[in-house]
Amino acid sequence: MTTVTWEREPAGPRGPGPFLSVRDLSVQFSTEDGVVHAVDRLSYDLEKGTTLGIVGESGSGKSVSTLTILGLHDPAVTKIGGEVWLEDRQLVGAPRAAMEKLRGDRIAMIFQDPLTSLSPYHTVGRQIGETYRKHKGASKREARDRAIEMLRRVGIPHAQTRVDDYPHQFSGGMRQRVMIAMALVCDPDLLIADEPTTALDVTVQAQILDLLKELQQQFGTSIILITHDLGVVARTAHDVLVMYAGRAIEQGGVREVLREPRHPYTWGLLGSMPRLDSNVDLPLLPVRGTPPSLLNPPPGCPFHPRCDYRDRVPGDMCETERPELSPASGHRDACYLTLAQKREIFDGQIKGRL
Amino acid sequence: MFRFFVRRVIGAAVILLIISAVTFFLFYAVPRDPARAFCGKICPPQNLELIRHNLGMDEPLFVQYLHWLGGIFTGRDLVQFGTCDAPCLGYSFATQEPVFSAIVDRFPVTLSVTAGAAVVILSFGVITGMIAAWQQGRPLDKIASTSSVIGASLQIYFVGPLLVFFIVDSMGLLPRPRYIPFTEDPVGWFVHLLIPWVVLSIIFTANYTRMTRSVMVEQLAEDYVRTARAKGMSSRTVFLRFAWRGAMIPIVTIFGVDLATLLGGAIITEQTFTLHGIGELAVRAVQNTDLPMLLGVTLVGAFAIVVLNIVVDVLYAVIDPRVRLT
Repeated sequence: MTTVTWEREPAGPRGPGPFLSVRDLSVQFSTEDGVVHAVDRLSYDLEKGTTLGIVGESGSGKSVSTLTILGLHDPAVTKIGGEVWLEDRQLVGAPRAAMEKLRGDRIAMIFQDPLTSLSPYHTVGRQIGETYRKHKGASKREARDRAIEMLRRVGIPHAQTRVDDYPHQFSGGMRQRVMIAMALVCDPDLLIADEPTTALDVTVQAQILDLLKELQQQFGTSIILITHDLGVVARTAHDVLVMYAGRAIEQGGVREVLREPRHPYTWGLLGSMPRLDSNVDLPLLPVRGTPPSLLNPPPGCPFHPRCDYRDRVPGDMCETERPELSPASGHRDACYLTLAQKREIFDGQIKGRL
Repeated sequence: MFRFFVRRVIGAAVILLIISAVTFFLFYAVPRDPARAFCGKICPPQNLELIRHNLGMDEPLFVQYLHWLGGIFTGRDLVQFGTCDAPCLGYSFATQEPVFSAIVDRFPVTLSVTAGAAVVILSFGVITGMIAAWQQGRPLDKIASTSSVIGASLQIYFVGPLLVFFIVDSMGLLPRPRYIPFTEDPVGWFVHLLIPWVVLSIIFTANYTRMTRSVMVEQLAEDYVRTARAKGMSSRTVFLRFAWRGAMIPIVTIFGVDLATLLGGAIITEQTFTLHGIGELAVRAVQNTDLPMLLGVTLVGAFAIVVLNIVVDVLYAVIDPRVRLT
């Protein structure tokens, strides 16, 4: 019984801070080719009941950074630096047993592909229920009832009978609902959704996002939403974090970042989004070049080899020195262009294309 | 499920029919005349004709085959040997004993050798493979992996006598291998067959260790295993309930394929330890150009493999719910 009370201990010496606080998080993988710097000094905060959208290209460290919160990396090949605070508890380097207790109970995760992410060998009822049994010590009977309740809550019709079905008997959207039911079964405080709608078609996407929003309003869950779809971010997130080469290059409130983006990479991301009302013959504008290798990240600003505005920065700062996020809080970005330059470029060249 | 089962049984019957026909007609492609062997060294042509007639060999091949086939279901009268009740597989040309009862007599020996070896393979091979996967990259994994390479390169007729020499002759730990019916003396059955089991399973065990290790490692990298960990399942639960469940399918598949090889290995093992099983019958039948015996042994072997493969298919459906639909 002591373990249960221990989890709900009041705030410790750190005092009341943000609900989730990531500080200078670095993740490095040792591979045969060398050390991959997957995440490099990443910091962000998340308040209770809000949603943070993390955007970026594939391989920008979005998923890797959140898997660290759950402690899901193989310690044999991973080096993790920095701190992750969940209220008053440091999660980096926490003992395995403590993390097992946290996972699925207070922190839950939804993965991208619900077909491969659900076990094909167990009924959905069992998969939902076993989380509940593990963390709440419920009996089989209770777990099953809870599974049915959860299936109903995420909008699966005939939950009473579908609870005994296997994942392959569900459609893609329904499967993702099962996944969400599974993640929410213990009423977690933090939900990490790793591209929850990427594998789904657009109409189902909207339903799933609405569902997440609704559940958040009901239960006050904090959500980290990983995506490369800015449309999804605009629809659901309160704050945005744009990642590039394992670093945060722009972050702030969703309105500021999407309405007045400051970093050239964010401009590129926005510019590469298709629009329904634009001329069909106009080609999409991809960000030129390819993402950098994380084995040897470029020195200075990691985006400089692909940046169109490098020559506006005097000297060779872009090539030699890493830009830090500035200002210290609010809407900030990591770029040497002056705020006036950014406004001028965005208003003059970028805005019209979006 | 029922329809699936019926389909498989019909398929199995067709396979057995084809195998028996191929064996039958291939036999006559060999330029040796069994009638001449019956007739003796000095053989007048009219005697030879008579023997041919009595054996039913003066009829067209196809008719002979149909007679043989019919005998299995209805029994038949054989002039040379007398009546033969269903299921009749004919009489051995070499020993004159009824083929069916000869096989029935020897069957428990081969069954004991094969089943025992299968148990050793599946338990020992799979368990060491799982330990290797669990200890991935650590000393225990390396020991298991290395010894499995050594095991895989051994041979039955090499390891067999070696084990007998050390364990039976030098150390006297176990009695010399022979067959004691399980029904008479279960303990005796066990201790006398232990060496043959180990010898027959040694090559396979090594393969199963390696295979189990690699499929487990593969499964542990699957998305749904990650999900299980993300739900807070303990590493043991993840390993045994999730990863192992997925690993069972390839293992069962390969085991189904290996059954034929295992049966072949049982024949070599029987020969190595002079156990009087079906293997001995098979080898002798080939040496003596003994068609009825050869057909009988082939059919029984094929029957065993076909039946066990149906069992494997049913197991699939038990393990993997996605298979149940078809």
